[in-house]
Amino acid sequence: MQNVVPFQELQPGKRANEWKKYYLAALVIGLLLLFPFMNTSSYLINLLTEVFIFGIFAMSLDLILGFTGMASLGHAAFFGLGAYAAGIVAVRYSPDLFITLPAAVLVAALAALLVGLLALRTSGVYFLMLTLAFSQMFYAATFKWTWLTGGSDGLSGIPRPVLPFGGDSLINFFDSTNFYLLTLAVFLASYFLLWRIIHSPFGQVLIGIRENEKRMLAIGYETRKFKLASFVIAGAFGGVAGALNAFYIGYASPQDLFWAMSGQVLVMVIMGGAGTLIGPVLGAGLFLMLQNVVSSYTERWPIIMGAIFITFVLAAPKGMVGIYGKVAEKVRCRLWKH
Amino acid sequence: MNEAVSFYIVQLLNGLAYSLLLFLLAAGLSLIFGMLDVVNLAHGSFYMLGAYLGYSILGWTGNFWVALILAPLLVGVLGMLLEGTFLRPLYKRGHLDQVLLTFGLAYIFMDLAKWIWGAEVRSVSPPPSLEGSLEILGSVFPKYRLFIIIFGLLVAFILWLILEKTRLGAIVRAGVSDKEMVSGLGININLVFRLVFASGVALAALSGVVAAPVLSLYPGMDFDTLILTLIIVVVGGLGTLGGSFFGSILIGEADVFGKVLLPDYALFIIFGVMAAVLVFRPSGLFRKGGA
Repeated sequence: MQNVVPFQELQPGKRANEWKKYYLAALVIGLLLLFPFMNTSSYLINLLTEVFIFGIFAMSLDLILGFTGMASLGHAAFFGLGAYAAGIVAVRYSPDLFITLPAAVLVAALAALLVGLLALRTSGVYFLMLTLAFSQMFYAATFKWTWLTGGSDGLSGIPRPVLPFGGDSLINFFDSTNFYLLTLAVFLASYFLLWRIIHSPFGQVLIGIRENEKRMLAIGYETRKFKLASFVIAGAFGGVAGALNAFYIGYASPQDLFWAMSGQVLVMVIMGGAGTLIGPVLGAGLFLMLQNVVSSYTERWPIIMGAIFITFVLAAPKGMVGIYGKVAEKVRCRLWKH
Repeated sequence: MNEAVSFYIVQLLNGLAYSLLLFLLAAGLSLIFGMLDVVNLAHGSFYMLGAYLGYSILGWTGNFWVALILAPLLVGVLGMLLEGTFLRPLYKRGHLDQVLLTFGLAYIFMDLAKWIWGAEVRSVSPPPSLEGSLEILGSVFPKYRLFIIIFGLLVAFILWLILEKTRLGAIVRAGVSDKEMVSGLGININLVFRLVFASGVALAALSGVVAAPVLSLYPGMDFDTLILTLIIVVVGGLGTLGGSFFGSILIGEADVFGKVLLPDYALFIIFGVMAAVLVFRPSGLFRKGGA
């Protein structure tokens, strides 16, 4: 868990370990930047693009689920609203990236504020039921308001974003490599921002709420406000992911807001490991890879996904990061013995 | 009689029939939560399974009443198996794992139902003895909906009777307030858990079978219904039969009248009612104690 001193911090050479982490991060980022230029198939580039998009989505859910300790079952609402906001602005007004993306953030954050204000009047299982219920309300609204959203057909013909300067001629995002680099940039920025948020005093309060809300209240924190802020930030990042996804597939549909989508992102977080930032990203990667492989053999992916979900909940509730931690611990114990 | 008045009477009765269907669901969900501390997000899925199983049994036997008895029984047995294999290992862990588990189950049932029964909308006709309409207070009302009202009230009464007047009901009520004490008194709490889960799930399936001739069967009916049920328990409060009952009536009537009077905003009316309850009484209208 976050607030327990990790084993290696008691060991000498901690700073060396820290530096190793930074080297590793730089190496991974460098490889990801070079990835499309290494004679890679467009299939892999597209897969990674999707991993980044859903990585942002999963990290945003983890901010509330893993770090603040609030289970939201309606996170797809903000993903979908971001997708529609960006899509509608792009189709009707301008595909400028610096207009569409902020629009998505704004709409998603406002919706999260509205839902949060109401749902946070309760807590625990009631909060969870309310997030699910409100997300289904937004889902139904996208069906009903055909004039705005295109109804059940969805909103199609969403163009790829354009930079306000230079236009298409400078960087053309219809090219899958350029779009890959764009999503990578947004992903890295989101990761960095969320990392800063979690390691700020504000983030430490959130973790405190997760560990013991009553105690935080007793110390004098207005926990409801912190929870609301966390919920709104998570909604905003969910909107970013939704907007990127709408650009990527050129399409926004009610399915983006459906409970099954909320379930999907929950699986990603659980598979990767809630309460860490890298976990949800790894979960998104594993999920999308599995989905791609399984879907080429059978149409029954949802059943298999449900089974994977249940397996992780029963057998590995801390996800891949938890499994890695256990294995690493065992290896370390062996090494110490000899 | 005045046409407007008779219109409202008919809608009121429609709303009551709908409310009582929802009550069967909410009562099951509430009972399971009160006893097992599990919010069963697969509750809508069991409703859907009940409806589809009823549809199939009706197809094989041609008898609605057989379906009405058999489908909830089958779903109840399924619930019993699921409780033993999946939920039991999770009682020692927090709420979240249990909720996630039922969410995973809902995912599987959604796809399973689509696989077995297809994606097209299906409808069931009411039993021949209940076809046609009756005249009540000068307005025409379908016999089957009247049956739903009577049947729903009967089930509500039986539930109340069991919970309040029998030994089993006393055990369940005691279990809701203090499980450890009950097991300390030498009662097999695991068996009670299993029975409560099975009956809650069977109630959902029963609601599905009864609803089938009125509301059609379609993929997505599971969560449409679950959301309404969740709203009811938020409004009424979890863990009380009375809360489920009056919450169902409030939401059921609001939905029916909303759909008739303001068809474009029907959904928002229910959510508006819920939002109002959350603002003014966040612990629910009928819940004892704080949130």
